[in-house]
Amino acid sequence: MRRREFLKSATALTAAGVFSAPGTWSRAKAQSRQETLLIVSESGPNNLDIHGVGTNVPGYEVSWNCYDRLISHEMKTLPNGTPYYDKTKFKPELADDMNIGDMSVTFKLKKDATFQDSTPVTANDVKWSFDRAVTVGGFPTFQMSAGSLTKPEQFVVVDDHTFRVDFAKKDRLTIPDLAVIVPCVVNSELVKKHATAEDPWGLEYTKLNTVGSGAFKVTNWTAGSQVVFERNNNWKGGPLPKIKRVIWRMVPDAGNRRALLERGDADVSYDLPNKDLAELKSDGKLTIVSTPYSNGIQYIGMNVQHPPFDNVKVRYAVACAIPYQKIMDAVLYGLAKPMFGAPADAPIEVAWPQPHKFNTDLAKAKQFLGEAGYANGFQEPIQISFDLGFAGVNEPICVLVQESLAQIGIQTTINKVPGANWRTELTKKTMPLFTNVFSGWLDYPEYFFYWCYHSGKSIFNTMNYQSSAIDGLIDGARAAAANGDAAAYDKDVKGFVDLAFTDVPRIPLYQPYVNVAMQKNISGYQYWFHRRLDYRSFEKG
Amino acid sequence: MRSKGRQTRGPLAPMMTLIIKRMTMAIPSLIGVVIVTFLLTRMLPGDPAAYFAGPAATPQAIQEVRIKLGLDKPLIQQFSRYVLDLAHGNLGTSLTTGQPVITELRTRLPASAELTLLGLLVSIAIAVPVGILAATRPNSLLDHTCRIISTAGVSLPVFFTGLILIYVFYYLLGWAPAPLGRLDVFYVAPPQVTGFYLIDSLIGGDPQTFIAALKQLVLPALTLGVFSLAPIARMTRASMLAVLSSDFIRTARASGLSNWTVVITYAFRNAMLPVITTLGMVFSFLLGANVLVEKVFAWPGIGSYAVEALLASDFAPVQGFVLTMAVMYVALNLMIDILYGLIDPRVRLEA
Repeated sequence: MRRREFLKSATALTAAGVFSAPGTWSRAKAQSRQETLLIVSESGPNNLDIHGVGTNVPGYEVSWNCYDRLISHEMKTLPNGTPYYDKTKFKPELADDMNIGDMSVTFKLKKDATFQDSTPVTANDVKWSFDRAVTVGGFPTFQMSAGSLTKPEQFVVVDDHTFRVDFAKKDRLTIPDLAVIVPCVVNSELVKKHATAEDPWGLEYTKLNTVGSGAFKVTNWTAGSQVVFERNNNWKGGPLPKIKRVIWRMVPDAGNRRALLERGDADVSYDLPNKDLAELKSDGKLTIVSTPYSNGIQYIGMNVQHPPFDNVKVRYAVACAIPYQKIMDAVLYGLAKPMFGAPADAPIEVAWPQPHKFNTDLAKAKQFLGEAGYANGFQEPIQISFDLGFAGVNEPICVLVQESLAQIGIQTTINKVPGANWRTELTKKTMPLFTNVFSGWLDYPEYFFYWCYHSGKSIFNTMNYQSSAIDGLIDGARAAAANGDAAAYDKDVKGFVDLAFTDVPRIPLYQPYVNVAMQKNISGYQYWFHRRLDYRSFEKG
Repeated sequence: MRSKGRQTRGPLAPMMTLIIKRMTMAIPSLIGVVIVTFLLTRMLPGDPAAYFAGPAATPQAIQEVRIKLGLDKPLIQQFSRYVLDLAHGNLGTSLTTGQPVITELRTRLPASAELTLLGLLVSIAIAVPVGILAATRPNSLLDHTCRIISTAGVSLPVFFTGLILIYVFYYLLGWAPAPLGRLDVFYVAPPQVTGFYLIDSLIGGDPQTFIAALKQLVLPALTLGVFSLAPIARMTRASMLAVLSSDFIRTARASGLSNWTVVITYAFRNAMLPVITTLGMVFSFLLGANVLVEKVFAWPGIGSYAVEALLASDFAPVQGFVLTMAVMYVALNLMIDILYGLIDPRVRLEA
């Protein structure tokens, strides 16, 4: 018996040795796979530093995970169980303590926090980083200004571990703006060594190197192909992440990203087409988390400065002709939050986004068109434009809208604008009819309206809407928020939402979802205002 | 002794003149390529400054980026700066990937070249024997099969063949590795010598990496191979048919030489010239077809790089790519001319 058993086990061992050869290597591989998160997405970063020139959105994800800010947000849980950042609650990251005064805020820095090269993080680094953000120009400077942070003089080093921000004016968005990605703390001494006369802020160096105190650092970056992150074991900004290594691979083909997930080769993907997501959801083999964009809306815009859309009745006609539900079903596969068809008696709320009261009603649309004096449609076909960079959603929306408008006698042609041109076209503000999406990092109604409806120079007032009434309400809400006047704030917010719905320069369609597909053994996904992944909370079971 | 020396130099000298002549002929076309690509990229619609100023950019932010990129200067100044940089071997910096174009091309070109060469090898390995067999038995069942396969291969778009192969061999059967580029994510690339992973891994004495790299190459190389079967097979068949019906083959057969000797040694050697020309053409259009295959297989080659740059109005990589391709075409044609000389002595003499 024993001899036989011995033989049996010996044979089994040999066989196992043969098939799993080389044995040691496979085990090592399995081990590292267990501690590694493999992410696949369509595109990758073009710059590892958010302060750089033209850093793209994937680059923000690198900055978020490799740098620390003074403060960050607490998490709350949505009804569907997804952890979601709590815009009202802040938690310290590099700071130990935050003391908000009347016209300034003082931070005490963590004494033991170090950069990834082991030098301590000091208030000088914080000041240098903030000075850099408000000076380099472009997106970072713009984002800082959204919180009224515009001048280096506002940033004061009190002592090595005490740092103060002086307010230029009272602004409710100043503190939230310190918790976005841009005010990250950079290892100033290290970067200064690589700075040159033409490049005083060392942007060329940080483009390729992550030099923060954050939870991860980039150890390999092959642009357009992959980014590899390793955990910083001395991270002081929060609990040590469970994941040791993150490999982020760019897989341009959506079908392959889906195949990689279904075969179990990739752990996380977050930009799959809606159709794939809907199918994967019903399959149930993967975890799919769908969360509405905070403060984001896909809409149909109309240029109100030029006929025929300068006539509000024509805008009503279009708003009644949009095939809202068809768009929800056929384009989004239900993966979005409708922003239309609120009950006729529903009051306007102090919230944004909220649904408007239009529904698809072609008879009514024709009636409005008649009232506007265009009972027989327009002489020339109208051009509907969209950004080819997001053709997966934009193109079918435009086709459905074109079909529906034809039924009320409005002939249209579709104008596909390549991604690179889209912004140029937006800046010109000449497109008569278009679809676009806007979402703000800071989740406040007046922030959204300031960028999208205010007569100022924002390129996101794509309708070229000019209304002194709405300007007054938006400015009023901003002032009320800064002074803590809740009653005036509520009145103004209701006022501008109401005006946006009665003037309809743009027709909200839906609030898009951020969809993340994960293997069942992956947990810890958190939704952030920037909509990118936070590796620090992920776990692999 | 002296006369002997002159004799050995004899056939080589015209060869050298040929090469030098070809090289000088390439210079005007390269200058043309530089001018045309510069103008073409500037004529593209779209404003890179607006694109790279990022979301929520104000007009003055866009202007700042434009000045930083040097796009506010007149076209002629931009061009002279470009040419000056080019003379220093500087192809500029890509905005989409943030890297110098020259480094990117240097790391990406081997990836494309390895894939294309292997695809070509696969194609030759299948198409040449099939073409010869089809020529020896015209209008047989084998000939028709060859025709059907090569027609099907060339009519299927490469991305479609690629996706089908991935669907069957990766998704359904699980035989092929994940289509994630040149190596499985848990492998480390071999130390760079040639940039060809298959060669570098062998130099580094790492058979595991060699096998892993080969596995990644199988499906994309097959995709390219299938696509280029038709021209090679058809050309081999046609040129073999012509040679096989000529007088010297009849003489060879009449002298009682074995079929093998007749077909391979005499007929094929003479039929090779047009096949080589076709190979050169096939190689250059494979480099083009590569763009789609690279997209499908997440291959970090120059094709996908150029397309992404083009979509973002990123001038420098597009110019660099077109220039590289032009240089490669010139080099390829030169190589083919030299090969001609080796195969057919008449070419040498005419030169």
